Amino acid sequence: MIELVGRGIVPGRVRAPALVTREPISGFGGIDVATGTVIEPRHELFGQCFTGHVLVFPGAKGSSGWSGFFQSTRLMGTAPAALVFDVITTKAVLGAIVTRVPTVVQAAPAPLETIRTGDVVEVDGDTGRIVVIRTDGVAVHSGE
Amino acid sequence: MHLTDEEKRMRDGVEGDAVAVAMDLLIRYGDALQAERLVATRNVAGTMTQPSPAKAKLVAEGGWAKAFAVMNLDSDRELDIPSMRVPTCQLQHGFGADAQGLTRYPADSIRLQEDAESYFTDRGVRVLGTCTPYQVGNLPVLGEHCAWMESSAVVYANSVLGARTNCEGAASTGAASLTGRIPYWGNHLPANRLATHLVRAETPVAGFRDWGLLGYFVGELVQEARPAVVGSLAPASDADLKHFGAATATSGGVELYHLPGVTPEAPTLEAAFGGAGIPEAVTYGQRERRATYETLNAQGQSADVDFVLLGCPHASLAQVEEIAGLLEGRRLADGAQLWVMLPRALAAEALRRGWTRTITRAGGRVLTESCPAMSRAAPPGTRVMATDSAKQAHYLPAILGIEAWFGTTRECVDAAVTGRWRGELT
Repeated sequence: MIELVGRGIVPGRVRAPALVTREPISGFGGIDVATGTVIEPRHELFGQCFTGHVLVFPGAKGSSGWSGFFQSTRLMGTAPAALVFDVITTKAVLGAIVTRVPTVVQAAPAPLETIRTGDVVEVDGDTGRIVVIRTDGVAVHSGE
Repeated sequence: MHLTDEEKRMRDGVEGDAVAVAMDLLIRYGDALQAERLVATRNVAGTMTQPSPAKAKLVAEGGWAKAFAVMNLDSDRELDIPSMRVPTCQLQHGFGADAQGLTRYPADSIRLQEDAESYFTDRGVRVLGTCTPYQVGNLPVLGEHCAWMESSAVVYANSVLGARTNCEGAASTGAASLTGRIPYWGNHLPANRLATHLVRAETPVAGFRDWGLLGYFVGELVQEARPAVVGSLAPASDADLKHFGAATATSGGVELYHLPGVTPEAPTLEAAFGGAGIPEAVTYGQRERRATYETLNAQGQSADVDFVLLGCPHASLAQVEEIAGLLEGRRLADGAQLWVMLPRALAAEALRRGWTRTITRAGGRVLTESCPAMSRAAPPGTRVMATDSAKQAHYLPAILGIEAWFGTTRECVDAAVTGRWRGELT
């Protein structure tokens, strides 16, 4: 069991499998809110669905529509189960708040180095703790 | 986060439920950012009228009050929405009636948007209907704290005007419009407005296309950071700066740049860096210019152009005049379409000056308030687009699955007239 500690910015606790990417994610033009899928053609998560997963990513990129697109995943029932990211921007922070899923930022040890896709993790947005419950994940990112 | 007595009263509901909900959202947002306090603003540019499937569902359930409560205030409570507390404008939205029949954009969406306009103008929202509110009356001054969204507007406001705004979203601008507050964080703080990177143009940069190329290069290089750019730069028009900033915010996430001697917070190179050490410059030379051009043109295969898009960000009057001049006495190729996108207020002026007639006589269209990226619709059957906008050349192939060519305004007009792309970098 590995524990990471960061800052919880949206409360709540959830346990779900992780989906990890080292590439920032676009809202507008980057995700399909109807299916909860990454649609940016050159993104390493292209075609993958984040619904019900703990989305572990560096941060947001692209249009100011980011928060509205992630908010729409909540309204369409396709939102991630939780968000874990490092780079604090208005886009990502507002997006987490309106997506209303437990969110922890800037955790240590570094989530992108510690959590693998498929690991079952528990994210606690009240305490800022992330616990890796089962580590049978596989890395989707390369270059390690 | 520290709250003033007035902000506490708003939070506690003294100003009504909608204001209380708005303040609650700003507190959650400001705390998450670790902002020390909020800052007063009297200038909000947001988005509430443009149609989407999620919004259509909310309107069907509880009208525009429900849509605003959920999308713009992050609340599920039933709220009466009062007039906006501070001046608030609507940015670009979906296609209006002037595009009806030109695309497969749903007529239902146009009706939904017209409903929204009635509802929100009754609450004091100014429907400027443009990604360039600074071109049609919302012109913040040096140092003014704003709450704006739309990446190309944010970078123009911060860099060219010296106003101060972060890249806000639909919910934070909604909350700002009802409270006159936004978190004092990021670009609002003077220390966060200094340059971080230096780029030196060693190949001449002059004209609309080359400012777009330089912007696309700089954005890719610095991503979300703050570049200062020096070197062989010809005087830039407002349209050049508009295009440059939009390109930096497309290939990267630039919200603020400095052109020493041009933009207001950088009278000198030293001032751009605030007296701190000036980093070694990254060179933008002929090789970098060529590589950037080829990246932007990597999404074109067929030279048979059927759609030309001009005006992204929305065209200025000088740009419309140039386009009309290039189209004077000519006629679009069979099967080709040309759209010029601009704000409705500038379209009225373009009509008065005769430029719209020249463009429509040639077979082109002058369309307002939106763009194909925003509305996700181009003329039916479009396969190959040409555009003078680095931003549209970047986004539209992904959004619409079409090919794109990027070049000068003249090359784009020639493509519309001949149906062939002959652009080149000389």
